[in-house]
Amino acid sequence: MAFLQGIAASNGIAIAKAYRLVEPNLSFDKKTIEDTASEVSRFKSAIEKSKAELEAIRDRAHVELGADKAAIFEAHLLVLTDPELNGPIEDKIKSEKVNAEAALKETADMFVMMFEQMDNEYMKERAADIRDVTKRVLAHLLGVQLVNPSMIAEEVIIVAEDLTPSDTAQLNRQYVLGFTTDIGGRTSHSAIMARSMEIPAVVGTKTATEEINNGDLVIVDGLKGEVHINPTPELVAEYRNIHEQFEAQKIEWAKLVNEKTVSADNHHVELAANIGTPNDLKGVLANGGEGVGLYRTEFLYMGRDQLPTEEEQFDAYKAVLEGMNGKPVVVRTLDIGGDKELPYLQLPKELNPFLGFRAIRLCLEEQDIFRTQLRALLRASSYGNLKIMFPMIATLDEFREAKAILEDEKQKLISAGQTVSEKIELGIMVEIPSTAVLADQFAKEVDFFSIGTNDLIQYTMAADRMNQRVSYLYQPYSPSILRLVKMVIDAAHAEGKWAGMCGEMAGDETAIPILLGLGLDEFSMSATSILKARSQIKKLTKSEMESLANQVLNMQTTAQVIEAVNAATK
Amino acid sequence: MAEKQFKVTADTGIHARPATLLVQTASKFDSEINLEYKGKKVNLKSIMGVMSLGIGQGADIAISAEGSDSEEALRSLEELLKKEGLAE
Repeated sequence: MAFLQGIAASNGIAIAKAYRLVEPNLSFDKKTIEDTASEVSRFKSAIEKSKAELEAIRDRAHVELGADKAAIFEAHLLVLTDPELNGPIEDKIKSEKVNAEAALKETADMFVMMFEQMDNEYMKERAADIRDVTKRVLAHLLGVQLVNPSMIAEEVIIVAEDLTPSDTAQLNRQYVLGFTTDIGGRTSHSAIMARSMEIPAVVGTKTATEEINNGDLVIVDGLKGEVHINPTPELVAEYRNIHEQFEAQKIEWAKLVNEKTVSADNHHVELAANIGTPNDLKGVLANGGEGVGLYRTEFLYMGRDQLPTEEEQFDAYKAVLEGMNGKPVVVRTLDIGGDKELPYLQLPKELNPFLGFRAIRLCLEEQDIFRTQLRALLRASSYGNLKIMFPMIATLDEFREAKAILEDEKQKLISAGQTVSEKIELGIMVEIPSTAVLADQFAKEVDFFSIGTNDLIQYTMAADRMNQRVSYLYQPYSPSILRLVKMVIDAAHAEGKWAGMCGEMAGDETAIPILLGLGLDEFSMSATSILKARSQIKKLTKSEMESLANQVLNMQTTAQVIEAVNAATK
Repeated sequence: MAEKQFKVTADTGIHARPATLLVQTASKFDSEINLEYKGKKVNLKSIMGVMSLGIGQGADIAISAEGSDSEEALRSLEELLKKEGLAE
């Protein structure tokens, strides 16, 4: 048995056999072939094997994932058997006496290029189909096994280097009990995905794909961030116990779904959810979210080849506002740049993307993009309780400029006879230290603050949160961070405004007592953390947490703060 | 050889699902079947060929078939185009 320490990315315990989602090596050498006839039949047999495999995947996708997903594989099958693709490949083997691998790759690449150059979104996507199909045939020619996540038919734990959105889309949630990856942190895509799928996950293990073989029994401990490979029966029994306790606890938490979030001394705070798409609403409502505290609109812009239209955006915003049925929805305007790139904007590479041309800086420069989003938001505003917030505000001038653009678009829409809500609150993300320090001045002009702790911590500590070697500096409980948080909350309250938090810290068990004591009004977190936080807050007394907060603000180190919180809440 | 002209009525043109259906139907027959649009002729049994034409709404297209079952092939394709509301 072996043991890996990683980062606990999503709560819970999973015990199952490993399924490695690791791409096989598909490299080959171009060779000259004498017996071209048998090379052609080798190619044909690879096509036949690929066909049988794709048909099985298609049938399975039809049953498990629906006709929509099955249609993708239907299209793959047609590409696979396309005479205009296979004819030239066979000709090439015969006339140029090259091996099937080279003939396949060179011919397919030509088609990929042709489709990629077409001036049509749909055609460009077909290039990806050709690439996928080529990979499958190549794997059969080389005698290696491609991974087929949609064919998983038993309970497994996924082991991968990292998981992309398209990987996770293919996973059958019924069979995937948990996953573990080599890279990533609590805020990486794979971690966010695990929490929204409500399955345990441990990320950032560094060596999971090296240490774990297909079929190994694996325990993923998403509570402590541990992975156990081929554990002893005793350890398995122990973990089954922990698993049962955790599930029992979840049932207890579920009873709080329709309750308000109040402390033991009856102080109410709002527990809201962070979402990325309208599809996340189901989870928000199922977990008793009192609002959406952060709608990350980037996802509308990502994974595509061009900007989303005003109509596409309007539809998404309207769906979220209507879905929340009058509960507050805080929409963050486009926050692109940094670790989130949009290839089609063709922005130059930067040395320090996190300190560079991103978020509101980009929006104020590329106003067409910004104005389109604001129009879509304003038009959707009459369908619910919309609040708009600007990300990465560093100066009051930036806020004023962004607000002026919003006002301009609003007046234009009203003049054109469009209905726009009169009650849209306008706020900012506080994630840059300069803004936290000057919060008292900002509070005179904004309607609310939302503290983005992931970035606030990295900018305050001057430590890149994607860099593992300085990850020890990611210290949410550092008295320096807590003082900044206090400044922001106090500044808001002095002007009669509210302050929320939408970083990972808002749902953190150790941070919640301090934040309650500091007077935070709104906590926005992964939907799956809400019930646990509600149950925790019910047991805390606000007045006691105020003393705790005062005490920790004057401490020297993170370790002292953690110790004080543990002592006060045990 | 059998040949017939059509006008595409589907608002998405001959893309995605329509193209898939056409190629699947054409592939059932032995005859050589071609699709012609704007002077360009492609094999109707080739999904990539069909899609490379980029046929939009209002396009005038011609389907021709040559071989033992050409009449039957053309009839099936015509039926499909009309049933799916793709062309008339």
